[in-house]
Amino acid sequence: MSMLREKLRNPIAAWTSRNRWAGPCLLALLFLLSLAVQGFELLDPYVQLILVYVGINIIMTVSLNLVNGYMGEFSVGHAGFMAVGAYTASIITVKLLPPQLIGLLFPVAVICGGLAAALVGLVVAFPSFKTRGDYLAIVTLSFGMIVKSVIENINAIGGPRGFLGMEKVTTLPWVFVWTVLSVWVIRNLVYSKFGRGVLSIREDEIASNLMSVDTRHVKVLAFVVSSFFAGIGGALYAHVLQFITPRAFDIIKSTDILIMVYLGGIASIGGSIIGAAIYTVLLEVLRPMGVWRMVCMPLVLVILMLYRPKGIMGLKEFSWFVPLRDLMAARVWRERGQKRV
Amino acid sequence: MTYVFQQALNGLQLGSIYALIALGYTMVYGILTMINFAHGDLFMVGAFLCFVLAALLGLSFIPTLLFTMFGVACIGVLIERAAYKPLRQAPRVSAIITALGVGLFLENFTLALSPYPKQIPQFLPNVTWNIGDISLSALQVCIIALSILLMLILDLVVRRTMIGMAMRAISWDKFVAPLVGVPVNFVISVTFAIGTSLAGAAGVMYGLAYPVIDPYMGIMVGWKAFISAVVGGIGNIRGAMIGGYILGMLEILVVVVFPSTYRDLVSFTLLLVLLIFRPYGILGKPVSQKV
Repeated sequence: MSMLREKLRNPIAAWTSRNRWAGPCLLALLFLLSLAVQGFELLDPYVQLILVYVGINIIMTVSLNLVNGYMGEFSVGHAGFMAVGAYTASIITVKLLPPQLIGLLFPVAVICGGLAAALVGLVVAFPSFKTRGDYLAIVTLSFGMIVKSVIENINAIGGPRGFLGMEKVTTLPWVFVWTVLSVWVIRNLVYSKFGRGVLSIREDEIASNLMSVDTRHVKVLAFVVSSFFAGIGGALYAHVLQFITPRAFDIIKSTDILIMVYLGGIASIGGSIIGAAIYTVLLEVLRPMGVWRMVCMPLVLVILMLYRPKGIMGLKEFSWFVPLRDLMAARVWRERGQKRV
Repeated sequence: MTYVFQQALNGLQLGSIYALIALGYTMVYGILTMINFAHGDLFMVGAFLCFVLAALLGLSFIPTLLFTMFGVACIGVLIERAAYKPLRQAPRVSAIITALGVGLFLENFTLALSPYPKQIPQFLPNVTWNIGDISLSALQVCIIALSILLMLILDLVVRRTMIGMAMRAISWDKFVAPLVGVPVNFVISVTFAIGTSLAGAAGVMYGLAYPVIDPYMGIMVGWKAFISAVVGGIGNIRGAMIGGYILGMLEILVVVVFPSTYRDLVSFTLLLVLLIFRPYGILGKPVSQKV
């Protein structure tokens, strides 16, 4: 046993000394790069725009993965939260903030969008106490449609005509910061005590209740966090497109996000990032095909599901997203298993 | 009052269409416990087949209906064999995502073939009868009567025939049914054929009632039919019929009281309330979880 412990201690030391600053340094470098890209026009504006969309889609996908992948529910109304965030943030920047302060106070507007979406997420979390599976899918679906029709019926924010007048304040560095932030928060949540609760709900709700997981608490928190980041994604989206309509957040948008989640693989943050990036970029790359790209994409998806039903990374994770503690625990389990054999 | 009755008639018409589509959802769910999200798009394919047969080939009503039902059933079985069958042992979500993908494929394929909305010609003579102050068109009578007839036939098939018994056996216990000699693959294909042919029939009727069709029409109608199936209790055939009529009536009668832009808002809110009080649908039985 002491031998084993010794063997285990050394890799930990080696691992941390090599990698403790690697992640933050890389991120800082990438951030500087994104600033440079924006400042000196290193990339084509079109490519920049695609990168911005990739970032927003990563935020949407990772946040939906918290509910659909880690908690195992089937939420179909994610675009509804996005709409709430988009409209709230846009109203703040267009109607409340003085024009010269928009650049500075944009994060506040984005956070307000996220909070508004989180508030709505709280409302959706309550039916999830009683219903699961397909019935919860209906609840989230109807909720998405309700959000859309409420917006369509408020004339002050343009109703079905849409809302415009936002400045284009969503830039590549901002999107980068928000993407990193949301991935970081959700990753930390997933590997925290709370995250264990979320996973246990997916595996067996009753058993996790018996194991003294406060399932209601966990569910509410998961929904609220997920919708908060969806709202942030929506706020960023509104300020890159500069024009939003209720139709932009309908069931087709929700389906897009769902596809990105399941393409990347459930319960995998790395998978969500890959899924969102591949889906967004592929749609752009195939643009010369015109309408037929929209025919090819679903075909690719179906073929992927037939040959790899779990998605690209289903239930797996890049080791650099997994905390050391979990990695070591997994290794201990493996070695014990081998010993027994 | 007559206005309300008139609208109730319209609600009955819309409800018939929802009920026919909801039946397909609920049948497939009952057997495979899988939601066939491509079902709404098969309804759309039905409407387009109807357009091809009626406007381009110039067939009359009955052959159009029959050929459409047959064509959509073939497509449905093909989809089941090619896309869903390999995933029967896979986790449920991958089947659902495949279904979403198939639905998107059908939409966009139709869009690529015919980018502009199409108009279905009028089959039926434009006759209206007046009963008191209520006017009743031949179209409405035809839609309501035909869908009730189709539902009665379906109910008979499921309850009285051998194949219906096999379907009920599989939905009762998927693992034991093959042991007593039920040909599972065949029965599942037949279920898909029946369910999708009903969606095709609904497509024809929808095309008659609201003649302009476009490739994305299946999304909204499909989701609403799915909601009807859930409201009735998914997996329950009679529940799907009831759910369809409830949703259709609700959507039309809401417009009587509120402005028409509130239609989706009010009907979905009422549905949410219903689901909070009866989370398993109207005819669905609460499944007690075994520990």
